[in-house]
Amino acid sequence: MVNIPSSINDPIPAAEVEDVELYHPHSWWTTYVFSQDAKVIAIQYSLTAISIGLVALVLSWLMRLQLAFPGVFTFIDADRYYQFITMHGMIMVIYLLTALFLGGFGNYLIPLMLGARDMVFPYANMLSYWIYLLAVLVLVAGFFAPGGPTGAGWTLYPPQAVLSGTPGGQDWGIILMLSSLILFIIGFTMGGLNYVVTVLQGRARGMTLMRMPLTIWGIFTATVMALLAFPALFVASVMMLFDRVLGTSFFMPAIVEMGTQLQHGGGSPILFQHLFWFFGHPEVYIVALPAFGIVSDLISVHARKNIFGYRMMVWAIVIIGALSFVVWAHHMYVSGMNPNFGFFFATTTLIIAVPTAIKVYNWVLTLWRGDIHLTVPMLFALGFIVTFVNGGLTGLFLGNVVVDVPLSDTMFVVAHFHMVMGVAPIMVIFGAIYHWYPKITGRMLDETMGQIHFWVTFLGAYLIFFPMHYLGLLGAPRRYYELGESVVNPPSAHDLNIFITLMALTVGAAQVLFLFNAAWSLRRGKDAGGNPWRATTLEWQTPTTPPPHGNFGKELPVVYRWAYDYSVPGAPEDFIPQNEPDPENRSREHAS
Amino acid sequence: MSAILIFLAGLASIIIWWMAQQRLTSKPWLESARASDIFPVTRSPIPTVKIGLGVFLAVVGALFTLFISAYFMRMGLQDWWAIPLPGVLWVNTAALVVSSIALEMAKSSAQQNDANAMKIALLASFVTAIGFLAGQLFAWRELVSEGYVLADNPANSFFYLITGMHGLHILGGLLVLSRTTFNVWQGEPPKEARLSIELCAMYWHFMLIVWLVIFALFAGWANDFVDICRQLLT
Repeated sequence: MVNIPSSINDPIPAAEVEDVELYHPHSWWTTYVFSQDAKVIAIQYSLTAISIGLVALVLSWLMRLQLAFPGVFTFIDADRYYQFITMHGMIMVIYLLTALFLGGFGNYLIPLMLGARDMVFPYANMLSYWIYLLAVLVLVAGFFAPGGPTGAGWTLYPPQAVLSGTPGGQDWGIILMLSSLILFIIGFTMGGLNYVVTVLQGRARGMTLMRMPLTIWGIFTATVMALLAFPALFVASVMMLFDRVLGTSFFMPAIVEMGTQLQHGGGSPILFQHLFWFFGHPEVYIVALPAFGIVSDLISVHARKNIFGYRMMVWAIVIIGALSFVVWAHHMYVSGMNPNFGFFFATTTLIIAVPTAIKVYNWVLTLWRGDIHLTVPMLFALGFIVTFVNGGLTGLFLGNVVVDVPLSDTMFVVAHFHMVMGVAPIMVIFGAIYHWYPKITGRMLDETMGQIHFWVTFLGAYLIFFPMHYLGLLGAPRRYYELGESVVNPPSAHDLNIFITLMALTVGAAQVLFLFNAAWSLRRGKDAGGNPWRATTLEWQTPTTPPPHGNFGKELPVVYRWAYDYSVPGAPEDFIPQNEPDPENRSREHAS
Repeated sequence: MSAILIFLAGLASIIIWWMAQQRLTSKPWLESARASDIFPVTRSPIPTVKIGLGVFLAVVGALFTLFISAYFMRMGLQDWWAIPLPGVLWVNTAALVVSSIALEMAKSSAQQNDANAMKIALLASFVTAIGFLAGQLFAWRELVSEGYVLADNPANSFFYLITGMHGLHILGGLLVLSRTTFNVWQGEPPKEARLSIELCAMYWHFMLIVWLVIFALFAGWANDFVDICRQLLT
């Protein structure tokens, strides 16, 4: 499906968009390892993120095994359990989701979807990946350091994070964690500059902002947010590193530990919480916005229908991004604050539901009377919508101060954020992999394995996290190594815990099937051709698949239309690629 | 956190101003074009690296503003004794101002194609910037010798932390500036050196502003401002 504009009468020479000076690799090393090609960097980012994500998956199994069968697995003691919690959370949120959405999909899709040859600063882009890899290695080093990784919880709240009672607190664990975060942020900033400036400056001729696919809008907005939110984590990490290593008292109050007065005094743990959540809340949307964007495109392609309310979708993305900077203290309702602040933050939190609901309605209206193909990517996209709504609704519970206070620190919160920030974005990641794998490799993923993978993952995730809400309402506290038999853990609740664990193992096993599928299809998958989904966006119009170095042929594409011309009445096919001009004699009113 | 919110509000107004020019109210579904339509170029005429530096400076700005936010919040607690500022900081400030002015002169002489003036101005800027860093180290040593060590008091900690972070940023800028200066002394013509000098100047002016803000902060002139903020919030 190559559409070279020059084959159409009266073409605009695409070369009017002057070529960027393209880096050309000369050896195997610079082509596949120290590559400056965004597509290679994307694959490097993705593989690293998925590998470290598998470690986090195994950690979650171990935690579940401990909760279901306390005392059976003797190597899991309380310290280990906290280390598993911490590393699982930190890896999943930052090193998997953020890195995969922005470093992986961002790198692959931004230049291709915008009709650019590459990112604008390829060298910084390459450095970004290598610093990310270093950050991952430093993180993993925690497992091998004396005392093991930190067990402070993924929020790393001081003072406990740097005290001897916490695993890794007075050993290497916390130092390695903070260093790794600092490295990650430096690396991300290099990549993030690329993503933003490429969207600003790298677009093909005719690609106005309002013709960009929503995937790019999501990634773009999320990157802008990440660039402004990650410095808060950077500041918090540096200051805590000072407290831990150099004995300052930014966050550390005066503490008597084991009968000795520590040298710290006067610091404010709440200050850390402010800094952390000033990053932490936008982080939720840094992960969610690319997911929103990608899911919009998946639904439109696989329902053969233009996205409903494109403009509103764009505005909603931007508004959600802006609002997410003024809600952070809803994570701190139980830390103690001025009641007026609680009122303010509860209000802003609930207001975010408005643009989010607009998006959900628009997805549903896109599906309405569409020609829905229940392909694997579509199934995952639909799974995302349902899951995100479910997780979002419990968010409305927790956004209210009076409801949050009793539910805070129970399994209800765990269930909520896993639904909204764990399962939902992961659904999109799988959908996106099934959708773009044919472009990346030239082969389709196996459909049957994909269907099994979807149904086990989707239903299994619900069977894990739905019961967890009930445990939370019962009062089962989170972060507890074992509950024993207590009011919050009657035998029936414990049976539920065993059930959840079995489901977690099942869902995990389904991911092994997915990995097998990805490896198997690489060689033996069905040949995909250039545009298997018959999609309109530019990445599907490349001259060869996988796209060559430089993405497009000799001439860059020229964009004549938005990304959602599906099932246009009167058109010969049910999709019109973005780089196909209107015939000179056809009316312009067709697509309304 | 008021400082960072004010900073972000400023940034948001820039973003809104930019977005207002991007036809975000257009209806793309009605606007498919014919092959004979000529599109305006979608990119800004400003060089891409300059936009990249602009975005980077926004990130650096957010970073320092967050340090300042933390400073204000920590300052409200009881164990705070302001740190006496060494007199050498005034000299350092002057050095950084001179460095910035010299870079501005290098920029204008590059624009006027005056190679000699450009060379000398660049070198002057480079030397004064190194002078600034040396002066900062001297100030640190002076404070340490007077007993104001890092962990004694949060005011000291913040002083070393923020000036250190600023110094690191200057050091990073110096690496780029040294390369530009080296190239120019190797005979790079003003026309080619112009962009990189402009970038250096932009960065340098920004870091000068950051320095003036944190200098004001440590000198205590920002306290009135904090009080106003507190009154607004309570």
